[in-house]
Amino acid sequence: MVQQSAKTIFDKIWDSHVVTRRDDGESLIYIDRLLLQENSFHAFDKIRRENRRVRNPGQAFAFADHYVPTTDRTRGLDAIKDPEIRNMVELIESDSRAHDIALFGLGDVRQGILHVVGPEQGITQPGLVIAGADSHTSTHGALGAYAFGIGSSEVAHVLAVQGLWRVRPKTMLIDVIDTLPPGTTAKDLILAIIGSIGAGGAVGHVIEYAGPGIRGLSVEERMTVCNMSIEAGARAGLVSPDDKVFDYIKGRPYAPREDDWDKALAYWRALPSDPGAAYDRRVEITAAEVAPMVTWGTSPDQSAPVTGRVPDPTEECDPENRRRMERSLAYMDLRPRQELRSVTINRAFIGSCTNSRIEDLRAAAAVVQGRQARVPAMVVPGSGLIKLQAEEEGLHEIFLAAGFEWREPGCSMCVAINGDSLKPGERCASTSNRNFEGRQGRGGRTHLMSPAMAAAAAVSGHLCDVRDLLAEE
Amino acid sequence: MEPFQTLTAVAAPLGQSNINTDQIFPARMIKKPRTVGYAQFTFHDLRRDDRGELRSDFSLNQTRYDKAGVLIAGINFGCGSSREGAVYTLLDSGFRVLIAPSFGDIFAANCLKNGLLTIVLPEAKVADLREAISTAPDPRLTIDLEAETITRASGETLAFLPEPFQKHCLLNGLNEIDLSLAFHKEIGAFEAAHRARLPWLAPRQR
Repeated sequence: MVQQSAKTIFDKIWDSHVVTRRDDGESLIYIDRLLLQENSFHAFDKIRRENRRVRNPGQAFAFADHYVPTTDRTRGLDAIKDPEIRNMVELIESDSRAHDIALFGLGDVRQGILHVVGPEQGITQPGLVIAGADSHTSTHGALGAYAFGIGSSEVAHVLAVQGLWRVRPKTMLIDVIDTLPPGTTAKDLILAIIGSIGAGGAVGHVIEYAGPGIRGLSVEERMTVCNMSIEAGARAGLVSPDDKVFDYIKGRPYAPREDDWDKALAYWRALPSDPGAAYDRRVEITAAEVAPMVTWGTSPDQSAPVTGRVPDPTEECDPENRRRMERSLAYMDLRPRQELRSVTINRAFIGSCTNSRIEDLRAAAAVVQGRQARVPAMVVPGSGLIKLQAEEEGLHEIFLAAGFEWREPGCSMCVAINGDSLKPGERCASTSNRNFEGRQGRGGRTHLMSPAMAAAAAVSGHLCDVRDLLAEE
Repeated sequence: MEPFQTLTAVAAPLGQSNINTDQIFPARMIKKPRTVGYAQFTFHDLRRDDRGELRSDFSLNQTRYDKAGVLIAGINFGCGSSREGAVYTLLDSGFRVLIAPSFGDIFAANCLKNGLLTIVLPEAKVADLREAISTAPDPRLTIDLEAETITRASGETLAFLPEPFQKHCLLNGLNEIDLSLAFHKEIGAFEAAHRARLPWLAPRQR
């Protein structure tokens, strides 16, 4: 008889999804939900080529987000001039139609970024295993799901099999003690975490975020944190669900219906990690010490408090890391020891699966109100429904009055493949998740930060501490 | 998938850590069908400057690595986006083996599905191998998957430890979906029990 022992939420989800185990240690894990986007065309090609049947079309959901235009939606597909880009949006529409998969497509008011729409529609629920054709699928862990990104071959595998082979990943507890100080956000917290453990710091692990610093966050803020788990190398990050999560889900279109709600709730309440559960690694982060963060380099772990300076590579002992810093500074055109607040910007982007939800737009609008953008700035809501809600609240009027562009929902300039992109040499204050070389357009320079900080940079024309602007009021 | 047993090929060193999939295969290329040939896009922006000229300081641009089939990379190679194009482009360029201290998780899984062998070795060993290849008159390596060995042209041999399933699939060039569908009874039984236990999970009637 095996002794009952304390389990983590990950242990509970994993153990309840093992279809079968092989002698070599790999398990076939049942996949409850599959999320698809335009780049899934390789997977549908494979399904066609190998003449496979899609096992459960009702458990897959397709989203047009990466390639959709963020301007003029009145003409639908015809508004997309580039035939290769239009083809990508057409493919996800025709492939999902051919296989009877629910589509959130261009022209649908619910359309938006897959990691925004999934939770918004109630598709994302605690205890589920969710695989998505995008590395930021980790976002859905904020509701207590085990959610991770996969490539096209595995997407095809899930379509045909409804499962994936996996070696059980290791677990890492990130215990966030204390709570965030005023003027700081979930984005600052996750940038500080990634800076602390490194871009590869959690490879092979599932991160569980816990502690008062996480419990105090809203569900949307938790999504921002879990979203960037992959930027620390973790495929998945999750949070034990609580009443905030259950309240968030209740009544959403794909949420459990009335007759199932109590059963679902009872199941969800048993999911949180047990006291004393064991983790392979533990990291402690003190939220009270987090300041508004900006990245200065070309990897999400190269960040600093905005009140600080660009680091000096000559002070770095590790030669490989020193070369990496030098390369980043050369690409970013920054000088060692330069004050971060002196860095002038050319553009600002508020959007992406990290920071395009209603709370993000409210935070940015609060900074923008009564001020003027000094640089071209755009706001791209995460979904059509968020856009509508923001307009009901009058947020769009604040942005428009300040000279910001108010766009249609999509991934837009986070991945810069729909036509929205930086020009070579342009420097952008961005609420997205990756500051890689060329990520927002070839030769473009990205500084990652929170929506409030990006708004502050837009109205100042340079990186600045949003707390200084808020103090003026 | 093409089976992988042994390979003798030129190895190319790429020392940078955290090379991401945007650097391996820029996002703006994703919309191209693979039939255009993805080799032209491999490490595109690292390999070429803004005018499209080859950069002299990028190691893979040295003619001695023209026919490289093995890449000796840095830590966390293939981090970032899940795009499988990053694997297709390496395959289309002739790479069959990647050696690094660690790989991005999603990227490594994508490699396995496409017959690209990923070998994880301790950081110091990878650095030694990269150094040896950079200065060796003959920069070739022989990788024997069955024997789990890497042999330099000078005859020195290193052992590596593949995941058993990775080894099995690659040696035999197996299609994983076929392997998995052999478990259709187990999947069906699990699914029925799972839906009965968690009735709200069943797909909605549409």
